[in-house]
Amino acid sequence: MYGNAYIDPNDKSHAIIAGEDPQKLAEFEDRISRGEKVEPKDWMPAEYRKQLIRMIEQHAHSEIIGALPEGTWITRAPGFRRKLALMAKVQDEVGHAQLLYSAAETLGKSREAMINDLITGKSKYSNVFNYPAYTWADACIIAWLIDAGAIINQVANAKGSYGPYGRALDRICTEESFHLKYGHDNVVTLATGTLKQREMVQAALTRWWPPIMHFFGPSDKISNHTEILMRWKVKMATNDDMRQQFLNMYVPKIWDLGLTLPDKNLKKNAAGTWEYTEPDWEEFKRVINGGGPCNAERLAVRRMAEERGRWVREALNTAESKYIIPLA
Amino acid sequence: MIKSLDPRITRAEIELENPIDPLKDLDQWETYEVFHQKKRGDQHMHVGIVHAPNAEMAFIFGKEQFGRRGMSVNIWVVKTRDVFTSDYDDSDIFDTVPEKQYREAGGYKVMEKINKYKKGN
Repeated sequence: MYGNAYIDPNDKSHAIIAGEDPQKLAEFEDRISRGEKVEPKDWMPAEYRKQLIRMIEQHAHSEIIGALPEGTWITRAPGFRRKLALMAKVQDEVGHAQLLYSAAETLGKSREAMINDLITGKSKYSNVFNYPAYTWADACIIAWLIDAGAIINQVANAKGSYGPYGRALDRICTEESFHLKYGHDNVVTLATGTLKQREMVQAALTRWWPPIMHFFGPSDKISNHTEILMRWKVKMATNDDMRQQFLNMYVPKIWDLGLTLPDKNLKKNAAGTWEYTEPDWEEFKRVINGGGPCNAERLAVRRMAEERGRWVREALNTAESKYIIPLA
Repeated sequence: MIKSLDPRITRAEIELENPIDPLKDLDQWETYEVFHQKKRGDQHMHVGIVHAPNAEMAFIFGKEQFGRRGMSVNIWVVKTRDVFTSDYDDSDIFDTVPEKQYREAGGYKVMEKINKYKKGN
């Protein structure tokens, strides 16, 4: 009955599960193949735990760093209603970080450890947030298209095997639908506005297109690693599949507004697949490893926030506080 | 100093190289489990956790985190370490005999007997 966990000694993925108790691994895989969720205190392979912590932690960092380029625009958002909406959106993003840090904590990494890894540059976050939002239109493009990309990723991952991550994502996706509508509304306002507004939104779209194409990450090599993570329902769709889904949903909406995209090769072929110029993955690597226009500023701002708030957190703490891993 | 596109960041006078001491254990406080009631008459449900230094702050964070869209009428918070839980490893404690019709409403069919009795008269 646990046939799917038979370990072929010649299988290269063996290294990933080396040293795991075969009986427990079999029961674990059987649970996942039945569509059951894994909960925090269940037995799980070390690699499953490691990859989930990495994924959820990076996702949490992306939410909290992502609030920075948008928060920038609250005071300068045109009109009271847009200021209120943008404040609500930024608060949601920070709330998402809270939910995700909590989900990662259930796997045994403390929130302090995660924040330390963020502010020292050890952990990564979504590369798009290493670019600046030059104009109000940039903030609008982020709210519409980056959040659209995030929704595609999050809807897929919400069906993953780890209970706490799925529950956090369900809650997050509900709120993201407001972000998407708000962003679309802003872009439509600019695109159907004056000539100057159209030029502004077109320039922002042109600037943001390469980071948007980078958003889902490089093509997954069909490796043993990807295969086993998909079998364990840690990874729910390949990067290329998610990119295709994004193009299919949003390129027509962009073209509807009479806006253009800076890729002459972008088109849907007869088979229904989107063709595009391969994104510059060297640029992607350079930026994610610290070479982007805003990496240093983002982390410096984050360190400043931790440092200047430290005395408040310490003053409120009590001697009888005791940390245990959250339940769910 | 950071010269940012955001005037507020520039005004905050942040050094670009500003290494800080790592956060120590409990810097982010302990955790509370949050339960909310969506509307009067509903059960309270567990919705997640917040980090807080005391119950009052847990309540404020819980309200912000889980009730900011008016989706709650009532909130409970309880320290994670005060919750007693069963282990999934012990889920066999819920095992029981498969035949439990005797404790289901559907396990009692009286109409057959009544009809038979009526026919007999």
